[in-house]
Amino acid sequence: MTFLNHFGKYLLMLRDMFTRPENFYMYWKELLRQMNGIGVGSLIIVGVISLFVGAVTALQFAYQLGSTFFPEYLIGYIVRDTMIIELAPTLSGLVLAGKVGSNVAGELGTMRISEQIDALEIMGINPNGYLVLPKISAAVIIIPPLVVLSATLGIFGGYWAAENYGISPTNYQKGLLYLFDPFNVVIMTVKSVIFAFVIASVACYQGFYVKGGALDIGRASTRAVVFGSILVIVFDYIVALVMT
Amino acid sequence: MIEIIDLKKSFADKEILKGITTSFEAGKTNLVIGTSGSGKTVFVKCLVGLLEPTSGTISYDGIDFTALSQREKKSIRTQIGMLFQGSALFDSMTVEENVMFPLNMFTSMTAKEKLSRVNFCLERVNLVGANKKYPAEISGGMMKRVGIARAIVLNPKYLFCDEPNSGLDPQTSLLIDELLSDITHEYKMITIINTHDMNSVMGMGEKIVFLHQGFKEWEGNNQQILDTDNEILYNFIFASDFLKQLRKGAGGAIKKD
Repeated sequence: MTFLNHFGKYLLMLRDMFTRPENFYMYWKELLRQMNGIGVGSLIIVGVISLFVGAVTALQFAYQLGSTFFPEYLIGYIVRDTMIIELAPTLSGLVLAGKVGSNVAGELGTMRISEQIDALEIMGINPNGYLVLPKISAAVIIIPPLVVLSATLGIFGGYWAAENYGISPTNYQKGLLYLFDPFNVVIMTVKSVIFAFVIASVACYQGFYVKGGALDIGRASTRAVVFGSILVIVFDYIVALVMT
Repeated sequence: MIEIIDLKKSFADKEILKGITTSFEAGKTNLVIGTSGSGKTVFVKCLVGLLEPTSGTISYDGIDFTALSQREKKSIRTQIGMLFQGSALFDSMTVEENVMFPLNMFTSMTAKEKLSRVNFCLERVNLVGANKKYPAEISGGMMKRVGIARAIVLNPKYLFCDEPNSGLDPQTSLLIDELLSDITHEYKMITIINTHDMNSVMGMGEKIVFLHQGFKEWEGNNQQILDTDNEILYNFIFASDFLKQLRKGAGGAIKKD
């Protein structure tokens, strides 16, 4: 029953954000601010993690296959597909569920507790439209390119690690082109869009309806990260089931 | 005029407001007073539409606010300015951006006109030169004044203030009171102030509504309150022994001890 209550409230929050903007330019400005916060603000953490995850993937597979007769170029092939299909969207999703989820829930929670959301409402501004919509839209717009960047950096990380391990760059590059299926990129994009929506909307829900004080903002941020991360994994499975 | 008729508000099975009827006139500072938990904040939140009353009507210049849809309420809300207890300034915006925010949202003024209006309002609250500061960089009193500037920037007909003096020293409180009083008379607004600051009550209570346990216990003005024969109000106003002694000296209607 509690789940249904929350789910209903969540759907109402999503419905209420679609009203005619009081001033389109102000909404656009807020969208850009959020895109900067979510996208540019997450570049370093996503970049560094992707680079090293790609490198570790290459090393692990090189180590595992080192004593067998598998051709070297398979390392490039494995890193490419692992990054594109799974690691780039899912790892980025989990990292962003932590970073963006806590940030968004904390920001909205603080606004709720300090009556900033009430102030918007009294001014005649739809707080769902002005606060929630730009955050979800910004996440859905900016996270997919971030995931593409993550996959690219992961593949570069793998290249760098493989070269240091003694695998020839030519073989790694050959592996990158081996049996490339563009549909995998579609899977990656679909996953990233769904993850972005889930992370941002769950965090907005948790922050928007905070009641109480500072402790409750902390709890809401934690819930945003926990539920966001779990849902990323659940939807990862669902997309994999449906699309592969 | 704001007219409230038999306003009731319950949360689950707990009734907070138990049928309040009163009215507030333009050009007057109207004070809502009462002990903590008497329903003042719920009352003001019902008036501005942040809470839906359980029953009763609230009319703004003859328009029944409670009967309006959310969309229709918007037109009245653009005529409402509100100063919150914690100021409720947007942290991510400077003082100037905070005050300009309603202008950006609801007017088609040019950037120059908006800046001029913002500067006028900041000047009105004695905050010249604070434009580029963020809320975190200014004092509590300054935040209240920015809150007032933001509340009056659209020339509202109705101004609501939730405990404008909480957390401020007596001198700053006095300045805020004077400012609210001046603005009310200058712009002929209906100002409703939710407070339990006795200096405000005595200084600017042109109409005072005293709430007690969800009921309107008493209403009058700052002159009448001194001569009240209402025991509950007496105990609220003259809560401290010091004030009671003063009162005894002045020879009020109720003589205690």
